[in-house]
Amino acid sequence: MTQAELRLCSLLLQEHFGEIVEIVGNSLLRTGPRPLRLLVGDTGLLPDQVKKALCVLIQHNLVRYEVQPRGSVEYEARSERILRILRYPRYIYTAKTLYGDPGELLVEELLLHGQLPMSCVVARVADRLTETMEDGKTMDYAEVSSTFVRLADTHFIQRCPTVPENPQSAKAPPPPAPALAIAEKDMYAVPQLSLVGKGKRRHSCSEEEEGEHKAKRQKQEGGRSETPPDDGIYWQVNLERFHQHFRDQALVSAVASRMDQTSSEVVRTMLRMSEVTTASGASHTQPLSSNEIFRSLPAGYNIGKQVLDQYLALLADDPLEFVGKSGDSGGGTYTVKVMWGPGASWAPPSPFPHPSFIPLLLCRFGSRCARIFRLLLRKKHLEQKQVEDFAMIPAKEAKDMLYRMLSENLVSLQEIPKTPDHAPSRTFYLYTVNVMAAARMLLHRCYKSVANLMERRQREMQENKRLLEKSQRVEAILASMQATGAEAAQLHEVEEMITGPERQQLETLKRNVNKIDASENQVDETIFVLESFIESTMKRP
Amino acid sequence: MAGRGRGRGRGQMTFNVEAVGIGKGDALPPPTLQPSPLFPALERRAAPLPGGEEGEYMLALKQELRRAMRGLPYFVKPGAPRRDIERYSDKYQLSSPVDSAIDWNPDWRRLPRELKIRVRRLRKGRTASLVPKQHVALDKEETIKKLESLEKKEEEVTSEEEEEKEEEEEGKEEEEEEYDEEEHEEETDYVLSYFDNGESFGPDSDDNGDEAVY
Repeated sequence: MTQAELRLCSLLLQEHFGEIVEIVGNSLLRTGPRPLRLLVGDTGLLPDQVKKALCVLIQHNLVRYEVQPRGSVEYEARSERILRILRYPRYIYTAKTLYGDPGELLVEELLLHGQLPMSCVVARVADRLTETMEDGKTMDYAEVSSTFVRLADTHFIQRCPTVPENPQSAKAPPPPAPALAIAEKDMYAVPQLSLVGKGKRRHSCSEEEEGEHKAKRQKQEGGRSETPPDDGIYWQVNLERFHQHFRDQALVSAVASRMDQTSSEVVRTMLRMSEVTTASGASHTQPLSSNEIFRSLPAGYNIGKQVLDQYLALLADDPLEFVGKSGDSGGGTYTVKVMWGPGASWAPPSPFPHPSFIPLLLCRFGSRCARIFRLLLRKKHLEQKQVEDFAMIPAKEAKDMLYRMLSENLVSLQEIPKTPDHAPSRTFYLYTVNVMAAARMLLHRCYKSVANLMERRQREMQENKRLLEKSQRVEAILASMQATGAEAAQLHEVEEMITGPERQQLETLKRNVNKIDASENQVDETIFVLESFIESTMKRP
Repeated sequence: MAGRGRGRGRGQMTFNVEAVGIGKGDALPPPTLQPSPLFPALERRAAPLPGGEEGEYMLALKQELRRAMRGLPYFVKPGAPRRDIERYSDKYQLSSPVDSAIDWNPDWRRLPRELKIRVRRLRKGRTASLVPKQHVALDKEETIKKLESLEKKEEEVTSEEEEEKEEEEEGKEEEEEEYDEEEHEEETDYVLSYFDNGESFGPDSDDNGDEAVY
């Protein structure tokens, strides 16, 4: 783990779970897997506090535990999972675009709580939806459950590993920690529940209903008197599937920008058909025959079969190899190449990984640097003279740009000796781009920048803490006065408590914080692209 | 031979600088003598942030998530700092749970057993209040038995001792009678031994020399 990642992880933990969890998480990340007593010793916290923090972390899948052969339990932090906390808004937004409000709230509740049983999460979401609906209407559990089932069918949520069913014999002492496991086929199996009910509002609308519901709620809230029917079956969000979805989106938009809308629709259809059949690490989707594709095209696109075939042929012939032809049965079978590799090009506007370098260079160094970089990517190795010639940039400027990129380690020098004694006057010096190294360096920079952004945001909030508290108090007073019915003059007087300059200061603060938050979201997108690229390149044999 | 040529010209390198592109007489950038500034000047403005509906919605989501997570029981707040003196207002303040009990109920079957925090507070109170009562009851029975056995003996020598014992034991059991019997004789609130009723004061007393008379 690099320093930048460590710093970012601890900032994320502190912001979302508090200081104690941050200290515990930090210790685990820095020193690796360890048992409880060593952890207590390292962190210097009370044992109860450490236990509490570990429970929280395990609940949210950020830490995993393992029973060692000697009987102690070791805890290990999952750093890559902690970094995903940055991406939670993107997951929730994607769920909203795909499955609407119930889907959005389901994913949000699961992300906030880590793991939840189905009955619990459906009840919570129904309650929340009921709050936002108009008076008198309530959200039925059935609708929320059906969205839940759809999410499970498309693998966006999955079952957590469960406690083994077989009862322990009386002789063997129970293990210090349960060994959780789950079979592949069970992961998306939704238990047969008949969840009947409606969402409840927090404040009373009709007293009779409230009376009944309150009694029911008191029974169900604690969960102590009756165990829910799906006891022991917990669900969590399947982040890998979301990542796959983001990749598909990127592919589709790449095709759209390279060719046209219709071809992107074709690719989108192909991807949608093979959503659940593609294993997460595969490089190609399963082969699909063009007949199947034709049948699955969305209703709006009534293109003829022959036109579809032409599009598929075009896509297959494209040097970028989005689509490959794998056979001729059923009118030709095609696969989509989902794995990104360094060979796959440098097409500028597409969100493929290479081009994340290019906008970066554009911003930092200028468009000519970007031109040189693209040239080097294409031609792999070039001499100084050749760079000047191909890029059509005067020698002086080309030199200057190359040295700057060299000093930033985006470009490196490769020596090729002509003679065995490596004499400097008789060796070639070639400029080249080491893509993996450059990608990793950029990723490291991204982590650093997100950590800086977060710290800056916290600092801004800290400096204006007094003002923020004051404005919150004023709002609370206003709200209570409005509830009890006050005159406009009184309300105005309370509002006057915040002076003009203070109001301006608040406005500036809000604008800055919004800007910083939006930048964090954007950097996270770059992080996603770079991480997928590095991961996919490492996987290739 | 070695060392000659150092400093002459621009600084010789082991390889042929021309190959890399530094020609003769080219001005190189000056050497860096200090670390780069904290906020280097921006040569170009950064690209605008992604706006639009998606960007704003994600922004709102992010802030909402942050706010929501602070309110959940998973946000572990450090215990309230111990005050040096117990203040009256502490009774009326809504304090955060100082005992490290978990606010939410995790499924303990899925977690290692060592992580379970035993909620000791309530039980301790209960058991503590039970125990003295039992002890007191036991004491009473024991002392009653003792008294009976002592009465049976009825030895004058030990009678005073018995009375003292009785008094002591009674004093232990019954918290009301904490004071000596002397103090209860005259039915006043004041401890009589502290009060000097002035009989030895005034011209009657013979010890004039010790105290000045005003």
